[in-house]
This record gives sequence, C-alpha cells and structure tokens, in this order.
Amino acid sequence: MEIGFDYTRSLGPVLSRFMTALAERRILGCRGSDGRVHAPPLEYDPVTYAPLTELVEVGPAGTVVTWTWLDRPLDGQPLDRPFGWALIRLDGADTAMLHAVDAGTKDQMRTGMRVQVRWAPEPVGHIRDVACFEPIGGAAPASPRSGVDPVTMVTTPIHLRYRHTTSIEESRYLRGLAEGKLIGQRCPACGKVYVPPRGACPTCGVPTVDDVELPDRGTVTTFCVVNVPFPGQRIPPPYVVAYVLLDGADIPMQHLILGCRPDEVRMGMRVAAVWRPREQWGTTPQNIDHFQPSGEPDAPFDSYAQHL
Amino acid sequence: MIDVAVVGFAQSPCLPSAGTTSGVELLVPVFQEVLASTGLAKQDIDFWCSGSSDYLAGRAFSFVNAVDAIGAYPPVAESHVEMDAAWALYEAYVKLLTGEARTALVYGFGKSSAGQLRRVLALQLDPYLHAPLWPDSVSIAALQARAGLDAGRYTEREMAEVAARSRTAALGNPKAQVSGTDTADDLLAAPYVADPLRAHDCAPVGDGAAAVVLAAGDEARRLRARPAWITGFAHNVDSPALGVRDLTSVPSASAAATAAGLRGDEVDAVELHAPFSHQEILLATALGLGDAVRVNPSGGVLCGNPMFSAGLSRIGLAAEHVMSGRADRVAGHATSGPALQQNLVCVMEGA
Repeated sequence: MEIGFDYTRSLGPVLSRFMTALAERRILGCRGSDGRVHAPPLEYDPVTYAPLTELVEVGPAGTVVTWTWLDRPLDGQPLDRPFGWALIRLDGADTAMLHAVDAGTKDQMRTGMRVQVRWAPEPVGHIRDVACFEPIGGAAPASPRSGVDPVTMVTTPIHLRYRHTTSIEESRYLRGLAEGKLIGQRCPACGKVYVPPRGACPTCGVPTVDDVELPDRGTVTTFCVVNVPFPGQRIPPPYVVAYVLLDGADIPMQHLILGCRPDEVRMGMRVAAVWRPREQWGTTPQNIDHFQPSGEPDAPFDSYAQHL
Repeated sequence: MIDVAVVGFAQSPCLPSAGTTSGVELLVPVFQEVLASTGLAKQDIDFWCSGSSDYLAGRAFSFVNAVDAIGAYPPVAESHVEMDAAWALYEAYVKLLTGEARTALVYGFGKSSAGQLRRVLALQLDPYLHAPLWPDSVSIAALQARAGLDAGRYTEREMAEVAARSRTAALGNPKAQVSGTDTADDLLAAPYVADPLRAHDCAPVGDGAAAVVLAAGDEARRLRARPAWITGFAHNVDSPALGVRDLTSVPSASAAATAAGLRGDEVDAVELHAPFSHQEILLATALGLGDAVRVNPSGGVLCGNPMFSAGLSRIGLAAEHVMSGRADRVAGHATSGPALQQNLVCVMEGA
C-alpha cells in the first residue's frame, strides 16, 4: 500500500529569505549569538535560543566535514545513482549543511575534500534547488539571478510504502468472505461476538478464538447522510453510510445503504447485504457491495440500544 | 516526596516480522506476563501510557487500536506519546509523583518491518531543510561514525569489538534477534553497508513490544520484595540542526545523566540504547561509565531493536537486575532522533 501527501508549509522570516535566495541561486547562512555563521540558517540560536535575523551569503563551495557512501539510493533521495552523503561546511560558514555529493565513485570521497553546489535546472525556492554538491574541478556553478518573488511556502511530496499483514483472525474473516460467508468470533470471557473479528476482545483484552458464522442481514443502529464530495468518491452524494448490526453480532459494521432514498433510512431499519457477482469475489470486504432494505418490519429500539 | 519503583517488566521476542501494525497480537501476551509477574489484574492499574508511531504503522491514530489489548472496560485512564515508550514511562513516573495514580502500566510496540525503516525515519528530521532530501537513518549514523573515527574517538576494530561482545552476550538472551560467536576479525571481513558502518554495526530491523509496571511507595513494597526504586530520571535533547552539533559527543546524554544523578563509577550495570556500535562508545564516554560497569549484559539493541519499545526495554532490563538481586544500582538509557539527538537516563536502586 502506498500513502502519500504533498505537505505544504508556510515559512517564517528566516527560512523565507533562505528559500527565496535559493531560487536566486544563492545560499544564505545566519550569524549566531557567538558570532558563528550557520548555513543553512537557524531560526533560533542553538546556544541562547534567541531569534536570529542577520543573514549572510555563503558558498557556493565548501569543505566536506564527514561523509558516507550509498551504493543503492532510496526513493526520493537527491541522486538515483551511487552517491555520498556529507556534512559540508560552506565557505564563510562555521557549521555544516547536509547534502548529497555526486562524486561518481566512493574512492573520490574523503574528509576535507572541496565541493561546490550544483543547482537544479529550474530553482523554485526549495531545499531541492540544490540538486547536490560535486567535486570542484568542472564548470563553475550557474550564476545567481535576480527578480525572484519572495518565497513564503514550500511543498514537499511525501510517499511511503507499507506492507500490511493480516492477523490470524482477519485472515479467517477474509477467507470466509471469498466463500460468501461472514465469519465472526466470540470472546471466551464475555461471550460477545465480533465481526470482523479482532486480535483481542476490546472489553476483556483476551484473544477471541471461537468462529461464529453470521447471516448477511441485520439492523441499522445509526447512520449519516454524506453530502460532501471528496476525491475518490465512488457514489455521487447524497448517500447513506450506516452502522449495520448483523443478527447475532455484538458490534456493528460500517457499510453503505443503497436501494432506497437517503431520507428513508432510519434507526432500526432492517437491511440485507447485496453481494457482487460471485465471479468477482476475492478475499476482500468489497465482495459485499452495499446493504439495502430487506422489507422486514423495523427492529424495536431495545433490540439494538446496547449497540449504539 | 513519593517514591516510585519499577515492579514488573516483560517483552516479546524481537523478530524480523511479527504481528500486525495494530500491535494487539504482540501486546496481549506481554500484558498477561507482566501482570502475572506482579500479581496485579488490569483493574488494579490506575494509569496506562504507551509509545508508538503512526509512521511505523502507516495509519493515523494507530495507537487507538492497541487499546483493544488492554480490554479497556470499564474505561481506563490512558495516554500516549509518539516516541519510544521510555518517554511514556517518564510521563507515568510524573503521574505517580503527583499522587494521582499509585500504579501504571507503560507499553511500547512497533512493526518496523511494515515499511522501509531507514527511509521512514528520515521523516523525524526537520521538514524544511533535511527531510525533503530523504537522508536515511543508517547514512546519518554513518556520518556520525566517521566523524568519531576522524576525531580518533575509536577505531573500526573497536566498533567491531562492541558488536562481537554484544552478540556473545545475546546468546543468553532468548528475546534477542541476533546473537553469535563471531570475533571482531570475522565481523571486519564483511563489506560496508554505509562506509564506515558494516551490517554488524547497525541494529537489525525488528518487530516487538514491551511493558513496564510502575508502583508508588507501599504499593511497590507490597508487590515486590525488591522493587527497583527510581532515584533519578531525566531526558534532554540536542539541536535538530545536524550540521551544528559536534556529532562526536553527546551533550544531551551527559546532561540527562547529571540531572538523574548517575555516577558512572557507582553503577553495577547499564543498559544503553545504542542502535549503532560507535554510539555505545560515545554514550559510555558521555555517561562517564567506569571500566567495572557491565554494559548491555542483554546484548543491547545491536541484537534486537524493536522501535518504540527498545528504549523502554533498556529500563526494564536494568530494573530486572535490581529486582532479582543481581545488582544494587543500575541505569537504563533510551535514545531517539537522528545520531543520538535525544537521550533519557533512568537510575534505579535496590534499597
């Protein structure tokens, strides 16, 4: 599963000037309370914690303070071929900046080596405007430019991949769905039936073990009408999302109620599952497309009052 | 002044892959073990506090799922930190000091294997200047390791000797993920993972959970013949700006040790949270540990580093030395952040 989000952040006065300068192909540091110049700049002094405001230009070349070598770069890193990570003390600065060094091979890297910035082709006012650093010896870095509007925001896309593992209980439930069954489990301590089954009974804290097959019909305990459109929405609003308490279960499951007008859905309404065509079934909750009214008389409030 | 002690500890085995991101499957047996060891039932716990991370789980509010493992009915008093559970232990310690609770159960859990841990950990860095470059946690540790080598703080052989000693010690620890009889020479023959770090210099990626029970005053005396009384507990943090720090020293660890009253020549055993071999050497210096101190008798986190519970386990393991009578005065240490940025020290005594 991949999750991602484009984080958009506002910049304070110090980082705004730093990012604006990057867009101009210049690197700014700041002068600390002890006279040291920090590049990249700090918003607050590392010794006195006072706000720092005096920015000074540094670089574009510097000296490697420490380094390592990465043979297999990871997603999102500055280079997609083997490169060095380094802390680089830029000329005019007293503390160091973390970045990548495009040195070609590891034997080119050493503490004390001289490097210079390589600018991204189209600077926008982001730390990635520094594409990487490179050993000094080739062409000089691209010249600064002017006329850049102040940069006040940065956007950084963050993408992570996860492999989710199903628990033993969840596996039974998913395998049951692939056969058109709803498999819950009963708590050995309090007797409550959970569907989908959980790793432990949330009331007693003990694992549930006994399988219980449940019917695919139940009672709407509570519901809401979705009126808000959002990206990825499958059904045009308005539509109803409800808690459905399957007959014999002690915990309701959330599902869609279709097959009637939203304003007809009510607490106590009896509903039945509408399964997708059998050839589309898999080990997934999506086998049940939605629930729809079963036509039975409404369940009395007392029959589900304990499950709200 | 209320006295607070560790009275119980349990941890799951550290495995390359175990359980789900909810933590429930790992926590249920750990809770049963730690409660049984103290004779307490869940109703006897006044305060629950946990440490875990949504970034490890890949889900928002993932710690809420783990509350299933408690069986939180009737409702419980509960809190959470998005940090190693050693910091949750600190919160619970303060809670007991206020007198608002007499017992607390603190737990940590994490499924490091669900994502790419060294990449996920880049997101603990500042989001403007560092995280957008995706500097992975192993590479950052390697920058620190080389700075220490260049400064003459240690050699690659001394780093390998830390790993070899840890692996040998872990032969006696059934919860360890890695153990073995390799010598430093054997280990030095391996290739670099991130020069100057080899695989043995880096904690393995593993999944696990742990729990510690705290009790105050007479309640602690009732539960244990020999509680591990907390005599000092402090945590400090260094600058998030990597390039500003002198990576060859650990001022925040020294400050925490001083604040916790740790005397490095007066403790019998210390469990250090050093996910990279060179960090054990830097920490021993920062904490002023004497030569007679037993460091990481468990094998340390180089032999099993389940994220978000490993720091808590350092304190639990150290406390076990006191509770069992093997030691009179011990310390547990936990770290968080890049290259030992945050450090916590808990000093415990038998009487």
